[in-house]
Amino acid sequence: MESNQAKNSLLSSHDNIQRTQYPYVTGTSVVALKYKDGILMASDMGGSYGSTLRYKSVERLKPIGKHSLLGASGELSDFQEILRYLDELILYDNMWDDGNSLGPKEVHNYLTRVMYNRRNKFDPLWNTLVLGGVKKGQKYLGMVSMIGVNFEDDHVATGFGNHLARPILRDEWREDLTFEEGVKLLEKCMRVLLYRDRSAVNKLQIAKITEEGVTISQPYSLKTFWGFSAFQNPTVGAEGSW
Amino acid sequence: MTKQAANWSPYDNNGGSCVAIAGIDYCVIAADTRMSTGYSILTREYSKICKLADQSLMASSGFQADVKALQKFLAAKHLIYQHQHNKQMSCPAMAQLLSNTLYYKRFFPYYSFNVLGGLDTEGKGCVYTYDAVGSYERVGYGCQGSGSTLIMPFLDNQLKSPSPLLLPAQDAVTPLSEVEAVDLVKTCFASATERDIYTGDKLEIVILNADGIRREYMELRKD
Repeated sequence: MESNQAKNSLLSSHDNIQRTQYPYVTGTSVVALKYKDGILMASDMGGSYGSTLRYKSVERLKPIGKHSLLGASGELSDFQEILRYLDELILYDNMWDDGNSLGPKEVHNYLTRVMYNRRNKFDPLWNTLVLGGVKKGQKYLGMVSMIGVNFEDDHVATGFGNHLARPILRDEWREDLTFEEGVKLLEKCMRVLLYRDRSAVNKLQIAKITEEGVTISQPYSLKTFWGFSAFQNPTVGAEGSW
Repeated sequence: MTKQAANWSPYDNNGGSCVAIAGIDYCVIAADTRMSTGYSILTREYSKICKLADQSLMASSGFQADVKALQKFLAAKHLIYQHQHNKQMSCPAMAQLLSNTLYYKRFFPYYSFNVLGGLDTEGKGCVYTYDAVGSYERVGYGCQGSGSTLIMPFLDNQLKSPSPLLLPAQDAVTPLSEVEAVDLVKTCFASATERDIYTGDKLEIVILNADGIRREYMELRKD
């Protein structure tokens, strides 16, 4: 008993410090790839409260400054906090008014430091972030995780996307993908995720960033087909099952 | 129903293997370029080798975010060193700095497993191996990371370094020529890749000698 109390006072030397502790409302996978003129990114619009589909119109792709596009999966309120950090960052950058602006590489580096710093405080931002952008003809696509692990690649995907979408991307991705081909490839990935990821919803956005800037599509749905005989009578070939 | 708390860890193991071999007038430092988490691959093209100074290179595996933080810290320290002394830090000095840096975080360690390779002040190859909290040793060849248990005994067998218990102390540098050392490193990784799921995709080899730095790449299994 006594040793237990001593232990407790050691663990909470400052009373009432709260750290995140688990995610409440979460978004699922983000998938992104480089294509001929820039970066394409896709995510659905669901916000899950545990396994309850709580929100159905959450925008998880956001433009950051002039040259960057951010996609987030994980805790949605933490994502909104990150957006506030970035708004301030871009604002202070603009106030220099020197004609320079932060590119995707700089923003990605900033996010990397924020995520890693918060994990060092044992108060992580519960997200996996995807950052894409184009500046001075240079395409950039990178990822950061909740604990600060970060890297660049030609295509990236968070969460389930890393299991289900990236194998497809590794097969079919090319450096010189056109816009139409890129969108088609992303839709293929999102369709697989929709079929196999239970928290994915059939309402998604695709965002494009090029030298000209960011365009985020209106929400739309993918065509699905649930009529496979194996779906309609899944136990037909399984003898001895119920 | 009780809230099912999602759990998180401040650490991850992103895998990878690092090897360094010191020769009489060269040093070979090599690492694969795979970065993993659990059973998935995050990227097949992540360089684990970092140039810290003209004469020192560090290869690191473990937790990528910690490794990156460590590399940035050492780069900053080295910049200050250059401003204060108007020269590049020597490899033995960098080795001590790395040890101190790791030990400074003894109670919340950098989860990084490093080998430091380079040329010492006499131009002789040198290799230092570390644990995550800063214990280090100068050796003739070293190996760290997920495939180290597969590679280290092979290196011991091939290089037969003199026992550190010998008196008077024997020189630990390997008798191999530079080309032989590079070939040996390639064999090490080709073999480790067969059995270690965290090693693969591509091998990056950096060779440091009196002429400067040279890089070589070799494809490895991608499964």
